[in-house]
Amino acid sequence: MAGLQFTGVRKTYPNGFRAIHGVDTTVADGEFIVIVGPSGCGKSTLLRMVAGLETVTEGEIHIGDRRVNELEPADRNIAMVFQNYALYPHMSVFDNMAYGLRNRRTPKEEIESRVAEASRILQLDGMLDRRPSQLSGGQRQRVAMGRAIVREPEVFLFDEPLSNLDAKLRVQMRLEIKRLQRDLGTTSLYVTHDQVEAMTLADRLIVMNAGVAEQIGTPLDVYTEPATVFVAGFIGSPAMNFLPGTTTTDGRGVTLDGSSQTLPVAPPSSASRDKITVGIRPEHLEPTSPDAASLALSVDLVEALGADSLVHGQLAGTTQGSAVTVRVDGARRVAAGEALSLAVAPEHIHFFDADDGRRLV
Amino acid sequence: MEKRVTFSRRGLAFALVAPQIVITLVFFIWPASQALYQSVLLEDAFGLSRKFVWFDNFTSLFSDSIYLASFGRTIGFSVATTALSLGIALLLAAMADRIIKGATTYRTLVIWPYAIAPAVAGVLWFFMFNPSIGILAYMLKALGYDWNHYLDGSDAMILIILAAAWKQVSYNFLFFLAGLQAIPRSLIEAAAIDGAGPFKRFRTIVFPLLSPTTFFLLVVNIVYAFFDTFGIVHATTSGGPAQATTILVYKVFSDGFIGLDLGGSAAQSVVLMAIVIGLTVVQFRYIERKVAY
Ligand SMILES: Nc1ncnc2c1ncn2[C@@H]1O[C@H](COP(=O)(O)OP(=O)(O)O)[C@@H](O)[C@H]1O
Ligand SMILES: [Mg+2]
Repeated sequence: MAGLQFTGVRKTYPNGFRAIHGVDTTVADGEFIVIVGPSGCGKSTLLRMVAGLETVTEGEIHIGDRRVNELEPADRNIAMVFQNYALYPHMSVFDNMAYGLRNRRTPKEEIESRVAEASRILQLDGMLDRRPSQLSGGQRQRVAMGRAIVREPEVFLFDEPLSNLDAKLRVQMRLEIKRLQRDLGTTSLYVTHDQVEAMTLADRLIVMNAGVAEQIGTPLDVYTEPATVFVAGFIGSPAMNFLPGTTTTDGRGVTLDGSSQTLPVAPPSSASRDKITVGIRPEHLEPTSPDAASLALSVDLVEALGADSLVHGQLAGTTQGSAVTVRVDGARRVAAGEALSLAVAPEHIHFFDADDGRRLV
Repeated sequence: MEKRVTFSRRGLAFALVAPQIVITLVFFIWPASQALYQSVLLEDAFGLSRKFVWFDNFTSLFSDSIYLASFGRTIGFSVATTALSLGIALLLAAMADRIIKGATTYRTLVIWPYAIAPAVAGVLWFFMFNPSIGILAYMLKALGYDWNHYLDGSDAMILIILAAAWKQVSYNFLFFLAGLQAIPRSLIEAAAIDGAGPFKRFRTIVFPLLSPTTFFLLVVNIVYAFFDTFGIVHATTSGGPAQATTILVYKVFSDGFIGLDLGGSAAQSVVLMAIVIGLTVVQFRYIERKVAY
C-alpha cells in the first residue's frame, strides 16, 4: 500500500507538443482519484507517466516514498487496465492473469490460489480455459481487472476502462469497480472523460483541461465551488448556464449583457467593476411568479426526460440572446413559445472573472 | 457484407476475365501439360524418334543417386535460404517497427532489392565474391579465409544462399512489418508492466502473434527457394563446381537443354510441380484454419 505524489510534473512529447503543464498533488494511501477532462487534455499522458510508459520531462513522481521517474514499468509495482483491455489474444484467461506472476517467478501454488481468488471475486470461474476472443465485452473487462488484482500492486491505473462497454454494463461495472477498490483498499488513479463516471467513482477529482489540472477536490466541492469556468461547464449535466454581465455602478447587482435585466445579487467584492461571467446550473433555476427579481425566459424547445424536463430558451429582452437551459419537474407542462419566469437562490449563483475564467470569491 | 459487382451483360464479364484465362492457358496449362506428356516419353536427343515408356522416366529418376543428391542439396538450400531471409527480415522489421524518424526512407531502402531481377541479384553477389576482383572475397582474404566459389563447393553453395536470401528479405520484411504493426501497442505495454523484458515480450507475445505471418512466409519462401532461384544459380555458379550447386530447378534445365534428356527433365519438372501443388495445398488449408489464436 502506498500513496502517490506529483511534484511539478510536466510532459513535452518528442515532437515538441507540451501535453502536461505542471501537476502538483498528493494522493493518499487507498484513495480513489479520478482524472477527468475532455479528450486530448492529457489524462492518459499523466497516467502513462505514472505507469512508466512515457518519460517524465520535468518534475518528480513518487509512489510511496520511492521516486519512480527512472524506474521501468515492471519495477513500479503498479497494474494497469487499458481501454481496449490489452488481453493477450493467444493465451487463455488463466494464462492472461498468471502471466505477470510467472514473470515474477511466483510459486505455482501461489499463482493458482491468487487466480482462483480473483476469478471468484470477478465471477470468472468456469471461463479460465477460454481465449479472450470467446468472451463478451464485459467478461474481457473482468479479465483485465483480474490481471491487475492478482498482482496485488500498490497502485491501480485505469485508462477509460469502461468506454468500450454499452451503457447498461458500464453502470454495472462502475459499481463493481467502486466496490472492489473499497474492499481491496488499493490506491487508484482512474482516467475518464465521462463526468458521471468521475463523480460517482471518485474520492477526489482532478479536472484537467489542455494539460493543466484546473481543480483538484472532492466531487461535491468541484460541483458546488468550481474553480474555473471550464470546470463549472464540464462538471454537471446539463452544463451550467453562463451569462456575461457587468457589475452595476453601486456594486449590488449585475446587469446582463444585451439585456435590460439585472440580477439583484452582489458579486464578491474581489470583482473588479467591469466584465464578469455569471454561472447558474439548470437545476438551480426555479420557475416562479414574475416579479422584479425574476429572469424572463422565452422557451424554444422542451426535452421531456420523464422524471424531469429540460427547457431550452433565451433570456427575454436580450439582443444577441443568451441561451439558457432549465431543469424543471417532469410533471410541469411547458410549451415552446411560452414565457417562463425564473428565480435562483443567491447561494447558487457563481461568479467568474470574464477574462481569465477564475472563480471570484 | 460481401462486396459484389454485378454485370448486366455476361459478355462483358467474360471479356474482362478472358485475358487472364488466355495467359494462364498459354503460359501455364499448356506447358504443364506438355511436361506431363513428355515425362512419359523416351525421345532420342535429335527428336527423331519417341517411345511411350509409362513411368520409366520417374523410376530411373528416383534410382539415380545424382538426382537424389540434388534433392537433398535442394532441401538444404531451401532451409538455409528460408531461415536466413526470414531471420534477417524479422530483425529488420522489428527495428523498423521501433523507429519513427526516417522510417519511410529506411523502409524504402529495405524494399529495393525486391525490385531486382534474380539474375541481376546473382550477378551482384557474384561480383562481390569474385575471388580476383570481389570486395567481399578480398575482405575475407584479409581475415585469412581463402574464398573461391569456382573451386570450393561449399563456398559456391553459400554464395547462392546469400544471393537468394538477400533477394527475398524485402518481401519478408514487408509482411513482418505489417504483422508487427498490427499488434496493438497496448499489448506490449501490458506485458512490460507485467514484468516481461524486451526479449521475453518478443518470445511470449510478439512472436506467437506473428505466427500466421511467419507460417505464410515460410511456405512462400520454400516455394521461392525451390522454384524461383534458377536465375541466381544460372548467373553465378551454373550449378558448379562439380554439381555442388545443382539444385532441382537448375537440374531440370541442365539435363533437358544441355544433356538433352527431355523425358527425364520433364519427369523432374513434374516432380517439382507436384511439390509446389502440395505446398500450396498445405498453405491454403492452414492459413484458412490454423491461426495461432
Ligand atoms: N506520442 C505523442 N506524441 C505527440 N503528441 C502526443 C503523443 N501522445 C499524445 N499526444 C498529444 O498529447 C495530448 C494529450 O493526449 P492524451 O494524454 O492521450 O489525451 P487524453 O486526455 O485524451 O487521454 C493530445 O493532444 C495528443 O494529441
Ligand atoms: Mg486517453
